[in-house]
Amino acid sequence: MSGAEFVPLSLTPLLIGIFSAIACALPGNFLVLRRQALIGDAISHVVLPGIVVAFLMTGVVSAWPMMIGAAVASLVAVALIEAIRRLGKIEAGAAMGVTFTAMFAGGVLLLEQTDTSSVHLDVEHALFGNLESLIWLDATGWSSVFDPSALAALPDELGRIFVTLIGVTLFVWLFWRPLKISTFDPGFAEALGMPTGKIGLALVVVAAIAAVAAFDAVGSIIVIAMFICPPAAARMMTNQLELQIMWSVIFAALSAVVGYVAAGYGPLWLGATHAVSAAGMIATVSGVILAIAAMFGPCRKRSGAPMA
Amino acid sequence: MWLEALTLQLGYNATLVTLGAMALGIAAGVTGTFLFLRKRALVSDAISHATLPGVGLAFIIMVAFGGDGRSLLGLLLGSAASAGLGLLCIGWLTKYTRLAEDAAIGAVLSVFFGFGVVLLTVIQNLSAGRQAGLEGFLLGSTAGMLWNDAIVIAVGGLVTLGLVVALRRPMTLVAFDPEYASARGLNVDRIDLAIMALVMAVTVVGLKIVGLILIVAMLIIPPVTARFWSDRTDQVVLLSGLLGGAAAYIGAALSAAAPALPTGPIIVLVSFAFFAASMLFAPGRGVMAAILRHHRFQRRVHMRQGLLALAQGQPIYEGYTLRLLRSSGLVQADGVATENGKARAAKALLDEKRWELVRADQAMEGAAALYDGLRELETVLTADQIDEIDKKLGGPAEVSV
Repeated sequence: MSGAEFVPLSLTPLLIGIFSAIACALPGNFLVLRRQALIGDAISHVVLPGIVVAFLMTGVVSAWPMMIGAAVASLVAVALIEAIRRLGKIEAGAAMGVTFTAMFAGGVLLLEQTDTSSVHLDVEHALFGNLESLIWLDATGWSSVFDPSALAALPDELGRIFVTLIGVTLFVWLFWRPLKISTFDPGFAEALGMPTGKIGLALVVVAAIAAVAAFDAVGSIIVIAMFICPPAAARMMTNQLELQIMWSVIFAALSAVVGYVAAGYGPLWLGATHAVSAAGMIATVSGVILAIAAMFGPCRKRSGAPMA
Repeated sequence: MWLEALTLQLGYNATLVTLGAMALGIAAGVTGTFLFLRKRALVSDAISHATLPGVGLAFIIMVAFGGDGRSLLGLLLGSAASAGLGLLCIGWLTKYTRLAEDAAIGAVLSVFFGFGVVLLTVIQNLSAGRQAGLEGFLLGSTAGMLWNDAIVIAVGGLVTLGLVVALRRPMTLVAFDPEYASARGLNVDRIDLAIMALVMAVTVVGLKIVGLILIVAMLIIPPVTARFWSDRTDQVVLLSGLLGGAAAYIGAALSAAAPALPTGPIIVLVSFAFFAASMLFAPGRGVMAAILRHHRFQRRVHMRQGLLALAQGQPIYEGYTLRLLRSSGLVQADGVATENGKARAAKALLDEKRWELVRADQAMEGAAALYDGLRELETVLTADQIDEIDKKLGGPAEVSV
């Protein structure tokens, strides 16, 4: 595969896939440990109405209004889940189920009600993303990486997800100690005077930002899969949080690369003529990695449980 | 138009869809109740997403054998198989690894769904078979529903419902007290499996109407709604079935009346409207009821404190208490007690003294336990008992107001 073909067609989708995967996997580690893994699922469903409303209000398909719309929708969802849980005295899972299905239904209804077929905004796009189409047409080969005029034509998604990834990394790095302590021992964290409630909320907000940024580029399936599968697989590998995070980043990047290559080139190698969905394949690969880790990982059992 | 839709006068096809949806809605509401009581509502999310690869594989297999690929029964069998596999994966991950159930649910739903999407793109590129309408399984599509499809859905819904009714006793027992159930000799794992199998059946049957993403709503929202209205399991099950059926009926009818309204989302939103109304207005557990209760309580406390203050000639600074007393005609605008107010204040003070004696009296221990400073004495003691206390008290004393 030559640079002239790889750089314009595959480099940017690959990078976007890797950055999205890592940006979701990082907060995912804490969500999985806090038994809030399904927050990612809920968020990725509720961003749809936010995006549609943003589109209806501005009338243009552009990134910033949609990201703001999606972020507002996730905050509304978190508030709604809390309100239903407290006011209705309903168990968290059921409250989440009520909220995200209703909001998703509202989003689909809005989509169908308004004529959005003329613009690139439909349910399938929201679910599957359009990773394959985020190509870098102005590139001619590896030399373009150092060519400012070609760099200017990079897909916007790349810049956004890169900034998001940096933000998420900074959040985890700066709040490492409070995050770690409040995740493993909320009682101790409170005794130390840490605002555990605020830390939890901040984590959810950061997760929502990562979800929204990735959602725009790669669709909701990857978002849900990356929140859960790489951290879950990493959890089978080690008992140490630092190492777990490292493993999850490796697994996330590996899923993105292997999944993208398998989706784009796998069918060709098998003699078929068309590529398959890259987003779906990345999710599938992350599942395979999780399955392998669950079967052979050194720390796959609960500690204290007998090794059978 | 709306009215015609709701009275099934929009033609044969619309009637078919509406009745089929209603059967499904009832079955989903009833089945979902046990899932909700078992606190595993979100398992249904994983089950529904896990149906997608089965739909895709079934289509590919049917096309490979020269079929049309769109036989609903074949697609449903395929989706049931992959949903079952997904359930097994969740069970295995929670039992044999350190993953919590929510992570297992999320992993299964995203991976199965992702693989299903891969299969869908494979199908899109197949030259054989007519894949049009396969995307309908994502969000449901009733427009092209045939008589056979509707029969499959209605019969599937009714069979599921029948099984739930037959199994309701053991499932209720397991939902509330698994330990007691297993002590009674019930196999909890097997009952759980039965609940899951029924949820799976509802999910698979509902794919065509509301689609795999929104079928979850039909399993979760009606039970949560019904829970606001009753504390008794049998009533919650019944109500949940009714609510689910009504939401599906109304939703399907509305969507038949207006072509731009897709069936699945409308059913879910009707269901959510029931939920929101119940959460706000249900007696007992509703938000309004709780607010009213709080206000009544606050009112009684302020009233009581205000009257005692009047009786003892203490000034009242609390604004709410003053307003209450004034609006009840117990004090005048300048804060001086009216005749009525003086009488009520004297009575309040007297009652307070009576209570003191009641609480000091060993013989009236039972009544004393009810003392909360708010209850009317007459509701706790008989007239004879009050007389007896008054004798000890030495008759009503003059209160200087």
